Amino acid sequence: MQTIDLTRPGRTEFLSPVLVGCVGSGDLEVLIESAPEPVASISIKTSVVGSEVRWQQIVDAVDTDLELPAMKMSIHDFGATPGVIRLRMEQALELARKQEVPA
Amino acid sequence: MSSSQSKGFVDLSARKRVEILLDRGSMHELLSPFDKVTSPWLEKQGIVPQFDDGVVVAKGTIGAKSTVIAAIEGSFQGGSLGEVGGAKIAGLLELALEENKKGNPTAAVLLLESGGVRLQEANLGLGAIAEIQAGIVELRTYQPVVGVITGPVGCFGGMSIAAGLCSYLIMTREGRLGLNGPQVIEQEAGIDEYDSRNRDLIWGLTGGTQRFATGLADVLVDDDVDAMCKAVQGCLAKGVPAHHRSDEILGSLENLLKVDTSKQITADVAYQILTGVAKNDDK
Repeated sequence: MQTIDLTRPGRTEFLSPVLVGCVGSGDLEVLIESAPEPVASISIKTSVVGSEVRWQQIVDAVDTDLELPAMKMSIHDFGATPGVIRLRMEQALELARKQEVPA
Repeated sequence: MSSSQSKGFVDLSARKRVEILLDRGSMHELLSPFDKVTSPWLEKQGIVPQFDDGVVVAKGTIGAKSTVIAAIEGSFQGGSLGEVGGAKIAGLLELALEENKKGNPTAAVLLLESGGVRLQEANLGLGAIAEIQAGIVELRTYQPVVGVITGPVGCFGGMSIAAGLCSYLIMTREGRLGLNGPQVIEQEAGIDEYDSRNRDLIWGLTGGTQRFATGLADVLVDDDVDAMCKAVQGCLAKGVPAHHRSDEILGSLENLLKVDTSKQITADVAYQILTGVAKNDDK
């Protein structure tokens, strides 16, 4: 198992806390919480040792497409492929942004 | 969540299963993944943890009646129970017990998708399972405790004993119930004794159809959300049973003595021993 921490600048916006996925074979769970600082901090625990560069590339790709918000994203990965990782991250971001601001 | 379209229950995640069984909007998850109470033991052994430790516990209502519900996520570490996940279920049963003692009838539903104790947490998992079993035995005298085994993992090890202690047990055809899992038996007794890849043999002996036919499960349901909701509601409505299956120890012991261990047991022989009648040709 390896722990990887990545940070990117993050746009301040309203986010609902969300959790998607499961730590099952070839899958991962992605948990998003809002953060006060304008930073997207991504904390990854993965069963795949030596995958740091790959994670950086995936995060950069998602950032280019979706512009990361200010948040704390926590990931538990159980050997997911880059495609699955991207889908889960995008799914989590979409859900976190979609839910309306509570009254 | 429910639509008029037929929707499978087996494919749902543990959290979705809980949400769908409870009355809409009544789910209140306790120790949710956002509390991040993960296993303190897995990471030390180089295994990636899960934020809910593979167990979802919640309070809510079913048919407007107060109910607690626990679901084990079979996809995470084979639905194994460690210290945290086990304590979540044991604590939930204790909570229901307290409510009943205060005069607030609270039933329990347990979705048992479990390979049993998590070997990486050995004694702590075993201790938690013992607490769960004690909790079921006490709670079932107040209100029904309904066990559900749907597949694909099945219910084995210590959690199969917990299933046997439930007031009522619901299974699907895909679900399996057995003390030892097929691979464990094969490993210990040899492939001649028990071939874990022989699907007909495994499901014939431990699958939902056989368990229901031989009285070890109370309800056999299709893998369908609406059918499952109805089955759970039906069991809860029956209230506390006059006799619990686990009280009939003497009958079970008698049956065990009828097993001829010199021959490979078949589904038909097991059926005959457990029901006292020979199995007719399949319909």
